[in-house]
Amino acid sequence: MLLGPSLLLSAILFSLGVAGVLLRRNAIVLFMCIELMLNAVNLTFVAFAQLYGASGYIIVFFVMTVAAAEAAVGLAIILAIFRHKQSVDLQNINLLHG
Amino acid sequence: MTNAVFYLFATLAVVSACLCILQRNPVSAALWLVSTMFSLAAIYVLLDAQFIAAIQVLVYAGAVMVLFLFVIMLLNLGHTSSDIRGPSGVAAAIVLVGLLAIELFTLWRYTPRRLAAELAQAPAFGDPGAAFAAGEFARQETAARGVVGAIATPLFQTYLIPFEITSILLLAAIVGAVVLAKRKV
Repeated sequence: MLLGPSLLLSAILFSLGVAGVLLRRNAIVLFMCIELMLNAVNLTFVAFAQLYGASGYIIVFFVMTVAAAEAAVGLAIILAIFRHKQSVDLQNINLLHG
Repeated sequence: MTNAVFYLFATLAVVSACLCILQRNPVSAALWLVSTMFSLAAIYVLLDAQFIAAIQVLVYAGAVMVLFLFVIMLLNLGHTSSDIRGPSGVAAAIVLVGLLAIELFTLWRYTPRRLAAELAQAPAFGDPGAAFAAGEFARQETAARGVVGAIATPLFQTYLIPFEITSILLLAAIVGAVVLAKRKV
């Protein structure tokens, strides 16, 4: 069954993903940490799908689709920003700063 | 046996995730993230989700991470200086992540059985056993209809409309990515 250990692992991975988002300034590494968080949530869905039916698997399916779409669009935005600023460091991206 | 393999891959996943967020080089961070995703795929197999495990390797560890590596190499980010935030940023991150970890740990200890026991105290609710009818649902479904069939039937019956909406989302993502990455619109 392994429901409890799976949920604990998922919590640890999600916290690590949040830590990465807060610690790093590289926009691409930030995106990778967001993928890590999505993976942690997927693990929760799979663990509960064992008990409560296949709907959990379907939601994992949709989460993966959204993650792939998000990665494609997000990386295109990073490419556009890099072309403008020659950097992906979040410190240098301050267009809204005035 | 299953437990030992689970804890092996769980340790591997956590260590890889730690290295992923601490590596200075984005390429090695991406490769450690691939390692985390492979460990998670192995854990999905242990949790009787073989199809999801295959999709995890194909889509996440394959397609998405190749896209990341491709962009890193396109932008030539392989040898940047450290991008970890300063001391105040690190302190804020530790406080926030510590709070989140405590919160998630408390939530984890709050098991369905304990919730059912508490609901049993409240007379307004019915039989808590009925509300949390936990059976080995996934294993039964897989035995009845096969690994893919257990997912295909709900996906193309109950969740048909969300599935079709997903195709629109992907179309929008393709168009958006092409428009954003073009030099001149």
